[in-house]
Amino acid sequence: MLSRRLIPCLDVRDGKVVKGVQFRDHVVMGEIVDLALRYRDEGADELVFYDITASPEGRSVDRDWVERVARVIDIPFCVAGGIRSVDEARAVLHAGADKISVNSPALERPALIDELAAAFGVQCVVVGIDSLRDTDGEWRVRQYTGDPDKTQALARKTLDWMLEAQQRGAGEIVLNCMGSDGVRKGYDLEQLSVARAVCHVPLVASGGAGVPEHFRDAFVEADVDGALAASVFHSGAIAIPELKKYLRAQGVAVRL
Amino acid sequence: MSVVLVDAGGTNIGSVRYALQRLGVDAELTADAETIRAADKVILPGVGAAGPGMARLCELGLVDVMRALTQPVLGVCLGMQLLCTDSEEGHTECLGVIPGSVRRFTEAPGIRVPHMGWNQLVARQSHPLIAGLGYDDSAYFVHSYAVPAGEYSLATADFGGDFSAVIARDNFHGMQFHPERSAAVGARLLKNFLSL
Repeated sequence: MLSRRLIPCLDVRDGKVVKGVQFRDHVVMGEIVDLALRYRDEGADELVFYDITASPEGRSVDRDWVERVARVIDIPFCVAGGIRSVDEARAVLHAGADKISVNSPALERPALIDELAAAFGVQCVVVGIDSLRDTDGEWRVRQYTGDPDKTQALARKTLDWMLEAQQRGAGEIVLNCMGSDGVRKGYDLEQLSVARAVCHVPLVASGGAGVPEHFRDAFVEADVDGALAASVFHSGAIAIPELKKYLRAQGVAVRL
Repeated sequence: MSVVLVDAGGTNIGSVRYALQRLGVDAELTADAETIRAADKVILPGVGAAGPGMARLCELGLVDVMRALTQPVLGVCLGMQLLCTDSEEGHTECLGVIPGSVRRFTEAPGIRVPHMGWNQLVARQSHPLIAGLGYDDSAYFVHSYAVPAGEYSLATADFGGDFSAVIARDNFHGMQFHPERSAAVGARLLKNFLSL
Protein backbone atom coordinates (compact mmCIF):
# COMPACT_ATOMS: atom_id res chain seq x y z
CA MET A 1 0.00 0.00 0.00
CA LEU A 2 1.19 3.49 -0.81
CA SER A 3 2.25 5.42 2.29
CA ARG A 4 1.22 8.95 3.14
CA ARG A 5 4.27 11.19 3.07
CA LEU A 6 5.69 13.48 5.74
CA ILE A 7 7.65 16.24 4.09
CA PRO A 8 9.77 18.74 6.01
CA CYS A 9 9.96 21.94 4.06
CA LEU A 10 13.18 23.89 4.18
CA ASP A 11 12.87 27.50 3.10
CA VAL A 12 16.24 28.59 1.80
CA ARG A 13 17.46 32.16 1.80
CA ASP A 14 21.04 33.16 1.04
CA GLY A 15 22.14 29.54 1.40
CA LYS A 16 20.61 29.04 4.88
CA VAL A 17 17.39 27.40 6.03
CA VAL A 18 14.99 30.05 7.37
CA LYS A 19 11.44 30.13 8.63
CA GLY A 20 8.98 33.01 8.76
CA VAL A 21 5.56 33.36 10.32
CA GLN A 22 2.85 33.79 7.69
CA PHE A 23 5.64 34.20 5.14
CA ARG A 24 7.20 37.20 7.01
CA ASP A 25 9.99 37.85 9.52
CA HIS A 26 12.49 35.14 8.64
CA VAL A 27 14.71 33.54 11.27
CA VAL A 28 17.76 31.42 10.37
CA MET A 29 17.15 27.76 11.35
CA GLY A 30 20.42 26.14 10.24
CA GLU A 31 22.67 24.86 7.45
CA ILE A 32 21.02 23.14 4.49
CA VAL A 33 23.03 19.92 4.43
CA ASP A 34 22.92 19.51 8.24
CA LEU A 35 19.16 19.83 8.35
CA ALA A 36 18.70 17.60 5.30
CA LEU A 37 20.74 14.86 6.96
CA ARG A 38 18.91 15.25 10.25
CA TYR A 39 15.54 14.76 8.55
CA ARG A 40 16.79 11.80 6.54
CA ASP A 41 17.95 10.17 9.77
CA GLU A 42 14.62 10.85 11.47
CA GLY A 43 12.66 9.15 8.70
CA ALA A 44 11.33 12.04 6.62
CA ASP A 45 9.83 10.63 3.42
CA GLU A 46 10.87 13.48 1.21
CA LEU A 47 12.29 16.99 1.47
CA VAL A 48 11.29 20.19 -0.23
CA PHE A 49 13.65 23.12 -0.56
CA TYR A 50 12.15 26.47 -1.43
CA ASP A 51 14.55 29.22 -2.43
CA ILE A 52 12.08 31.81 -1.22
CA THR A 53 13.95 34.84 -2.49
CA ALA A 54 14.68 33.52 -5.99
CA SER A 55 11.37 34.44 -7.62
CA PRO A 56 10.92 37.96 -6.22
CA GLU A 57 14.55 38.74 -7.11
CA GLY A 58 14.07 37.42 -10.64
CA ARG A 59 16.88 34.89 -10.40
CA SER A 60 16.99 31.10 -10.51
CA VAL A 61 17.84 28.82 -7.62
CA ASP A 62 21.51 28.54 -6.67
CA ARG A 63 22.57 25.04 -7.73
CA ASP A 64 25.60 24.49 -5.59
CA TRP A 65 23.69 23.31 -2.57
CA VAL A 66 21.41 21.15 -4.72
CA GLU A 67 24.39 19.03 -5.64
CA ARG A 68 25.71 18.98 -2.08
CA VAL A 69 22.34 17.72 -0.84
CA ALA A 70 22.06 15.15 -3.65
CA ARG A 71 25.41 13.62 -2.76
CA VAL A 72 24.53 12.89 0.86
CA ILE A 73 20.77 12.33 0.81
CA ASP A 74 19.15 8.99 -0.06
CA ILE A 75 15.53 10.12 0.04
CA PRO A 76 13.83 12.13 -2.68
CA PHE A 77 13.88 15.89 -2.70
CA CYS A 78 12.22 18.64 -4.63
CA VAL A 79 13.64 22.06 -5.39
CA ALA A 80 11.61 25.19 -5.91
CA GLY A 81 12.49 28.78 -6.48
CA GLY A 82 12.45 30.90 -9.59
CA ILE A 83 12.73 28.07 -12.14
CA ARG A 84 11.61 29.84 -15.29
CA SER A 85 12.70 27.61 -18.17
CA VAL A 86 13.34 24.05 -19.25
CA ASP A 87 17.09 24.74 -19.19
CA GLU A 88 17.01 25.98 -15.60
CA ALA A 89 14.91 23.00 -14.58
CA ARG A 90 17.31 20.63 -16.33
CA ALA A 91 20.25 22.11 -14.45
CA VAL A 92 18.51 21.56 -11.11
CA LEU A 93 17.49 18.00 -12.02
CA HIS A 94 20.97 17.20 -13.30
CA ALA A 95 22.40 18.56 -10.05
CA GLY A 96 20.46 15.74 -8.40
CA ALA A 97 17.00 17.01 -7.50
CA ASP A 98 14.23 14.48 -8.11
CA LYS A 99 11.50 16.98 -8.79
CA ILE A 100 11.21 20.66 -9.47
CA SER A 101 8.40 22.81 -8.21
CA VAL A 102 7.19 25.92 -9.96
CA ASN A 103 4.96 28.58 -8.51
CA SER A 104 5.30 32.28 -9.45
CA PRO A 105 6.98 31.63 -12.84
CA ALA A 106 4.11 29.30 -13.83
CA LEU A 107 1.68 32.08 -13.00
CA GLU A 108 3.69 34.47 -15.15
CA ARG A 109 3.72 32.01 -18.04
CA PRO A 110 1.49 28.93 -17.62
CA ALA A 111 2.96 27.22 -20.73
CA LEU A 112 6.06 26.62 -18.60
CA ILE A 113 4.19 23.68 -17.02
CA ASP A 114 3.55 22.12 -20.45
CA GLU A 115 7.19 22.58 -21.45
CA LEU A 116 8.53 21.02 -18.25
CA ALA A 117 6.15 18.05 -18.49
CA ALA A 118 7.11 17.46 -22.12
CA ALA A 119 10.83 17.64 -21.34
CA PHE A 120 10.99 15.58 -18.14
CA GLY A 121 7.64 13.83 -17.69
CA VAL A 122 4.84 14.88 -15.37
CA GLN A 123 6.39 12.97 -12.46
CA CYS A 124 9.13 15.60 -12.18
CA VAL A 125 6.79 18.57 -12.25
CA VAL A 126 5.26 19.91 -9.05
CA VAL A 127 3.13 23.03 -9.07
CA GLY A 128 3.06 24.99 -5.83
CA ILE A 129 0.05 27.18 -5.22
CA ASP A 130 -0.08 29.90 -2.56
CA SER A 131 -3.70 30.48 -1.73
CA LEU A 132 -5.60 32.85 0.54
CA ARG A 133 -9.32 33.31 1.14
CA ASP A 134 -10.56 36.75 0.16
CA THR A 135 -13.30 38.66 1.93
CA ASP A 136 -15.85 37.46 -0.64
CA GLY A 137 -15.17 33.87 0.49
CA GLU A 138 -13.24 32.82 -2.65
CA TRP A 139 -9.78 31.29 -2.42
CA ARG A 140 -7.44 33.09 -4.77
CA VAL A 141 -3.83 32.70 -5.76
CA ARG A 142 -0.98 34.84 -4.44
CA GLN A 143 2.24 35.44 -6.35
CA TYR A 144 5.81 36.29 -5.23
CA THR A 145 5.02 35.31 -1.65
CA GLY A 146 8.73 34.98 -0.80
CA ASP A 147 8.89 38.74 -0.28
CA PRO A 148 5.97 40.44 1.52
CA ASP A 149 6.67 43.71 -0.30
CA LYS A 150 6.32 42.02 -3.67
CA THR A 151 3.45 39.64 -2.93
CA GLN A 152 0.56 40.13 -5.32
CA ALA A 153 -3.06 39.08 -5.02
CA LEU A 154 -4.28 37.68 -8.32
CA ALA A 155 -7.78 37.51 -9.78
CA ARG A 156 -7.15 33.82 -10.47
CA LYS A 157 -9.21 31.46 -8.34
CA THR A 158 -7.22 28.73 -6.62
CA LEU A 159 -9.37 25.85 -7.85
CA ASP A 160 -9.37 27.09 -11.45
CA TRP A 161 -5.60 27.32 -11.38
CA MET A 162 -5.32 23.87 -9.84
CA LEU A 163 -7.36 22.39 -12.70
CA GLU A 164 -5.39 24.26 -15.34
CA ALA A 165 -2.07 23.21 -13.83
CA GLN A 166 -3.11 19.55 -13.99
CA GLN A 167 -4.31 19.86 -17.57
CA ARG A 168 -0.96 21.39 -18.49
CA GLY A 169 1.03 18.58 -16.91
CA ALA A 170 1.48 19.04 -13.17
CA GLY A 171 2.32 15.67 -11.63
CA GLU A 172 1.74 16.90 -8.09
CA ILE A 173 0.17 19.91 -6.43
CA VAL A 174 1.40 21.51 -3.21
CA LEU A 175 -1.30 23.73 -1.77
CA ASN A 176 0.09 26.34 0.60
CA CYS A 177 -2.85 27.60 2.60
CA MET A 178 -1.46 30.97 3.58
CA GLY A 179 -4.21 31.79 6.06
CA SER A 180 -3.13 28.90 8.28
CA ASP A 181 0.63 29.00 7.61
CA GLY A 182 3.02 29.32 10.53
CA VAL A 183 0.37 29.64 13.23
CA ARG A 184 0.12 25.92 14.11
CA LYS A 185 -3.68 25.80 14.37
CA GLY A 186 -4.01 22.94 11.90
CA TYR A 187 -4.13 22.50 8.15
CA ASP A 188 -6.94 24.25 6.30
CA LEU A 189 -9.11 21.13 6.04
CA GLU A 190 -11.97 22.96 4.36
CA GLN A 191 -9.83 24.26 1.54
CA LEU A 192 -7.86 21.01 1.22
CA SER A 193 -11.06 18.93 0.99
CA VAL A 194 -12.43 21.13 -1.76
CA ALA A 195 -9.06 20.98 -3.53
CA ARG A 196 -8.92 17.19 -3.16
CA ALA A 197 -12.15 16.86 -5.09
CA VAL A 198 -10.62 18.55 -8.15
CA CYS A 199 -7.07 17.27 -7.76
CA HIS A 200 -6.50 13.98 -9.58
CA VAL A 201 -2.75 13.92 -9.07
CA PRO A 202 -1.00 13.66 -5.69
CA LEU A 203 -1.93 16.54 -3.40
CA VAL A 204 0.34 17.83 -0.64
CA ALA A 205 -1.01 19.95 2.21
CA SER A 206 1.04 22.88 3.42
CA GLY A 207 0.55 25.43 6.16
CA GLY A 208 -0.66 25.11 9.72
CA ALA A 209 0.69 21.91 11.30
CA GLY A 210 1.05 22.28 15.07
CA VAL A 211 0.32 18.93 16.71
CA PRO A 212 0.23 15.28 15.51
CA GLU A 213 -3.59 15.36 15.25
CA HIS A 214 -3.30 17.98 12.51
CA PHE A 215 -1.41 15.52 10.32
CA ARG A 216 -3.94 12.79 11.01
CA ASP A 217 -6.78 15.17 10.11
CA ALA A 218 -5.13 16.18 6.83
CA PHE A 219 -4.63 12.53 5.82
CA VAL A 220 -7.92 11.11 7.06
CA GLU A 221 -10.33 13.99 6.57
CA ALA A 222 -8.85 15.84 3.59
CA ASP A 223 -7.34 12.66 2.05
CA VAL A 224 -4.10 14.37 1.04
CA ASP A 225 -1.16 12.26 -0.13
CA GLY A 226 1.49 14.20 1.72
CA ALA A 227 1.75 16.76 4.48
CA LEU A 228 4.40 19.42 4.45
CA ALA A 229 5.54 21.23 7.57
CA ALA A 230 8.45 23.39 8.62
CA SER A 231 8.48 25.07 12.01
CA VAL A 232 7.15 22.13 14.05
CA PHE A 233 9.90 19.93 12.63
CA HIS A 234 12.70 22.52 12.74
CA SER A 235 11.95 23.44 16.36
CA GLY A 236 11.70 19.82 17.46
CA ALA A 237 8.12 20.37 18.67
CA ILE A 238 7.17 17.25 16.71
CA ALA A 239 9.65 14.41 16.19
CA ILE A 240 9.04 12.48 12.98
CA PRO A 241 9.53 8.95 14.43
CA GLU A 242 6.91 9.55 17.14
CA LEU A 243 4.60 11.24 14.66
CA LYS A 244 4.79 8.22 12.37
CA LYS A 245 4.07 5.80 15.20
CA TYR A 246 1.08 7.88 16.19
CA LEU A 247 -0.20 8.01 12.61
CA ARG A 248 0.16 4.28 12.13
CA ALA A 249 -1.75 3.66 15.36
CA GLN A 250 -4.45 5.92 13.92
CA GLY A 251 -4.69 3.71 10.85
CA VAL A 252 -2.75 5.98 8.50
CA ALA A 253 -0.36 4.12 6.18
CA VAL A 254 3.14 5.46 6.84
CA ARG A 255 6.64 4.17 6.26
CA LEU A 256 8.37 3.17 9.50
CA MET B 1 34.99 -4.00 -10.47
CA SER B 2 33.93 -1.67 -13.27
CA VAL B 3 30.38 -0.34 -13.23
CA VAL B 4 29.04 1.83 -16.00
CA LEU B 5 25.99 4.03 -16.13
CA VAL B 6 24.54 4.16 -19.62
CA ASP B 7 24.09 7.80 -20.53
CA ALA B 8 20.68 7.58 -22.14
CA GLY B 9 19.82 11.13 -21.14
CA GLY B 10 17.92 10.43 -17.93
CA THR B 11 17.92 13.18 -15.35
CA ASN B 12 18.48 10.81 -12.40
CA ILE B 13 21.97 9.82 -13.54
CA GLY B 14 23.61 12.09 -10.97
CA SER B 15 21.56 10.63 -8.13
CA VAL B 16 22.32 7.04 -9.12
CA ARG B 17 25.98 7.87 -9.42
CA TYR B 18 26.04 9.44 -5.93
CA ALA B 19 24.24 6.42 -4.48
CA LEU B 20 26.91 4.13 -5.94
CA GLN B 21 29.62 6.41 -4.53
CA ARG B 22 28.06 6.04 -1.09
CA LEU B 23 28.57 2.29 -1.58
CA GLY B 24 32.19 2.87 -2.53
CA VAL B 25 31.79 2.41 -6.30
CA ASP B 26 32.77 5.07 -8.79
CA ALA B 27 30.64 4.41 -11.85
CA GLU B 28 31.63 5.74 -15.23
CA LEU B 29 28.99 7.56 -17.22
CA THR B 30 29.22 6.47 -20.82
CA ALA B 31 27.43 6.01 -24.12
CA ASP B 32 30.36 4.17 -25.69
CA ALA B 33 29.51 0.65 -26.88
CA GLU B 34 32.96 -0.82 -26.19
CA THR B 35 33.08 0.58 -22.65
CA ILE B 36 29.61 -0.80 -21.95
CA ARG B 37 30.47 -4.25 -23.34
CA ALA B 38 33.65 -4.40 -21.25
CA ALA B 39 32.05 -3.40 -17.93
CA ASP B 40 31.44 -5.87 -15.10
CA LYS B 41 28.06 -4.32 -14.34
CA VAL B 42 25.84 -2.13 -16.46
CA ILE B 43 23.17 0.20 -15.10
CA LEU B 44 20.55 1.82 -17.32
CA PRO B 45 18.97 4.68 -15.39
CA GLY B 46 16.17 6.76 -16.78
CA VAL B 47 13.56 9.34 -16.05
CA GLY B 48 11.19 10.50 -18.74
CA ALA B 49 9.14 8.85 -21.43
CA ALA B 50 9.66 5.47 -23.15
CA GLY B 51 9.61 6.81 -26.72
CA PRO B 52 12.40 9.38 -26.30
CA GLY B 53 14.31 6.88 -24.14
CA MET B 54 14.36 4.25 -26.90
CA ALA B 55 15.01 6.90 -29.55
CA ARG B 56 18.08 7.99 -27.61
CA LEU B 57 19.39 4.40 -27.38
CA CYS B 58 18.82 4.08 -31.16
CA GLU B 59 20.69 7.31 -31.90
CA LEU B 60 23.59 6.15 -29.78
CA GLY B 61 23.62 2.80 -31.61
CA LEU B 62 23.13 1.00 -28.31
CA VAL B 63 19.99 -1.07 -28.92
CA ASP B 64 21.74 -4.22 -30.11
CA VAL B 65 24.64 -3.61 -27.74
CA MET B 66 22.28 -3.62 -24.76
CA ARG B 67 20.39 -6.69 -25.98
CA ALA B 68 23.60 -8.69 -26.39
CA LEU B 69 25.07 -7.99 -22.94
CA THR B 70 25.85 -11.05 -20.83
CA GLN B 71 27.05 -9.39 -17.59
CA PRO B 72 24.55 -8.27 -14.91
CA VAL B 73 22.43 -5.39 -16.17
CA LEU B 74 20.13 -3.25 -14.02
CA GLY B 75 17.44 -0.95 -15.39
CA VAL B 76 16.13 1.67 -12.97
CA CYS B 77 12.64 3.21 -13.32
CA LEU B 78 12.25 4.00 -17.03
CA GLY B 79 15.44 1.98 -17.54
CA MET B 80 13.61 -1.09 -16.24
CA GLN B 81 10.68 -0.44 -18.57
CA LEU B 82 13.05 -0.17 -21.53
CA LEU B 83 14.27 -3.72 -20.82
CA CYS B 84 10.74 -5.06 -21.36
CA THR B 85 8.97 -6.01 -24.58
CA ASP B 86 7.02 -2.87 -25.28
CA SER B 87 5.37 0.13 -23.66
CA GLU B 88 1.92 1.55 -23.97
CA GLU B 89 3.57 4.95 -23.55
CA GLY B 90 3.82 6.23 -27.11
CA HIS B 91 3.34 2.61 -28.35
CA THR B 92 7.05 2.01 -28.08
CA GLU B 93 8.92 -1.16 -28.89
CA CYS B 94 11.51 -1.66 -26.16
CA LEU B 95 14.63 -3.82 -25.83
CA GLY B 96 12.61 -6.99 -25.21
CA VAL B 97 15.12 -8.77 -22.98
CA ILE B 98 12.53 -9.29 -20.23
CA PRO B 99 9.10 -10.38 -21.49
CA GLY B 100 6.37 -8.03 -20.36
CA SER B 101 4.33 -5.08 -21.54
CA VAL B 102 4.45 -1.73 -19.79
CA ARG B 103 0.97 -0.37 -19.09
CA ARG B 104 -0.37 2.89 -17.73
CA PHE B 105 -1.94 2.83 -14.28
CA THR B 106 -5.71 3.22 -14.35
CA GLU B 107 -6.99 6.07 -12.21
CA ALA B 108 -9.55 5.06 -9.62
CA PRO B 109 -10.73 6.38 -6.25
CA GLY B 110 -7.56 6.70 -4.17
CA ILE B 111 -5.38 5.72 -7.15
CA ARG B 112 -3.84 8.97 -8.29
CA VAL B 113 -1.47 8.85 -11.21
CA PRO B 114 1.50 9.31 -11.13
CA HIS B 115 2.14 6.73 -8.43
CA MET B 116 4.35 8.87 -6.25
CA GLY B 117 5.75 7.95 -2.86
CA TRP B 118 6.85 5.05 -0.69
CA ASN B 119 5.20 1.71 -1.25
CA GLN B 120 5.76 -1.67 0.36
CA LEU B 121 7.76 -4.30 -1.50
CA VAL B 122 6.48 -7.87 -1.34
CA ALA B 123 8.97 -10.61 -2.27
CA ARG B 124 7.54 -13.11 -4.76
CA GLN B 125 10.59 -15.27 -5.42
CA SER B 126 13.87 -16.00 -3.78
CA HIS B 127 16.65 -14.23 -5.66
CA PRO B 128 20.03 -12.76 -4.67
CA LEU B 129 18.93 -9.33 -5.94
CA ILE B 130 16.31 -9.09 -3.20
CA ALA B 131 18.26 -10.88 -0.48
CA GLY B 132 17.52 -9.37 2.92
CA LEU B 133 14.33 -7.69 1.81
CA GLY B 134 12.14 -7.60 4.89
CA TYR B 135 8.46 -7.39 5.68
CA ASP B 136 7.38 -3.73 5.76
CA ASP B 137 10.33 -2.58 3.63
CA SER B 138 9.31 0.26 1.34
CA ALA B 139 10.85 1.93 -1.67
CA TYR B 140 10.29 5.26 -3.37
CA PHE B 141 8.33 5.20 -6.63
CA VAL B 142 7.57 7.94 -9.13
CA HIS B 143 5.95 6.68 -12.34
CA SER B 144 2.75 6.49 -14.35
CA TYR B 145 3.48 3.25 -16.20
CA ALA B 146 4.29 -0.18 -14.83
CA VAL B 147 4.71 -3.85 -15.72
CA PRO B 148 1.89 -5.98 -14.28
CA ALA B 149 2.98 -8.74 -11.90
CA GLY B 150 4.10 -11.84 -13.78
CA GLU B 151 6.47 -14.78 -13.82
CA TYR B 152 9.57 -12.55 -13.92
CA SER B 153 8.49 -10.43 -10.94
CA LEU B 154 10.87 -10.88 -8.00
CA ALA B 155 8.98 -8.39 -5.85
CA THR B 156 5.72 -6.58 -6.36
CA ALA B 157 3.96 -3.55 -4.94
CA ASP B 158 0.26 -2.79 -4.83
CA PHE B 159 -1.24 0.27 -6.46
CA GLY B 160 -4.72 -0.60 -7.65
CA GLY B 161 -3.33 -4.10 -8.28
CA ASP B 162 0.04 -5.78 -8.05
CA PHE B 163 2.77 -4.60 -10.39
CA SER B 164 6.43 -5.54 -10.81
CA ALA B 165 8.67 -3.61 -8.44
CA VAL B 166 11.71 -5.80 -9.06
CA ILE B 167 12.00 -7.96 -12.16
CA ALA B 168 14.65 -10.27 -13.58
CA ARG B 169 15.34 -12.65 -16.40
CA ASP B 170 18.76 -14.22 -16.85
CA ASN B 171 21.33 -11.41 -16.51
CA PHE B 172 18.80 -8.60 -16.95
CA HIS B 173 17.25 -6.98 -13.87
CA GLY B 174 15.00 -4.04 -13.24
CA MET B 175 13.77 -1.92 -10.36
CA GLN B 176 10.72 0.22 -10.96
CA PHE B 177 11.38 2.35 -7.89
CA HIS B 178 14.40 4.57 -7.30
CA PRO B 179 16.92 2.61 -5.19
CA GLU B 180 19.09 5.74 -5.11
CA ARG B 181 16.25 7.49 -3.27
CA SER B 182 14.95 4.60 -1.16
CA ALA B 183 17.12 5.06 1.93
CA ALA B 184 18.58 1.90 3.54
CA VAL B 185 16.30 -0.44 1.58
CA GLY B 186 17.49 1.00 -1.73
CA ALA B 187 21.13 0.88 -0.69
CA ARG B 188 20.72 -2.77 0.27
CA LEU B 189 19.23 -3.68 -3.12
CA LEU B 190 21.88 -1.73 -5.04
CA LYS B 191 24.54 -3.51 -3.02
CA ASN B 192 22.89 -6.82 -3.87
CA PHE B 193 23.13 -5.93 -7.56
CA LEU B 194 26.80 -5.03 -7.25
CA SER B 195 27.38 -8.43 -5.60
CA LEU B 196 25.72 -10.49 -8.36
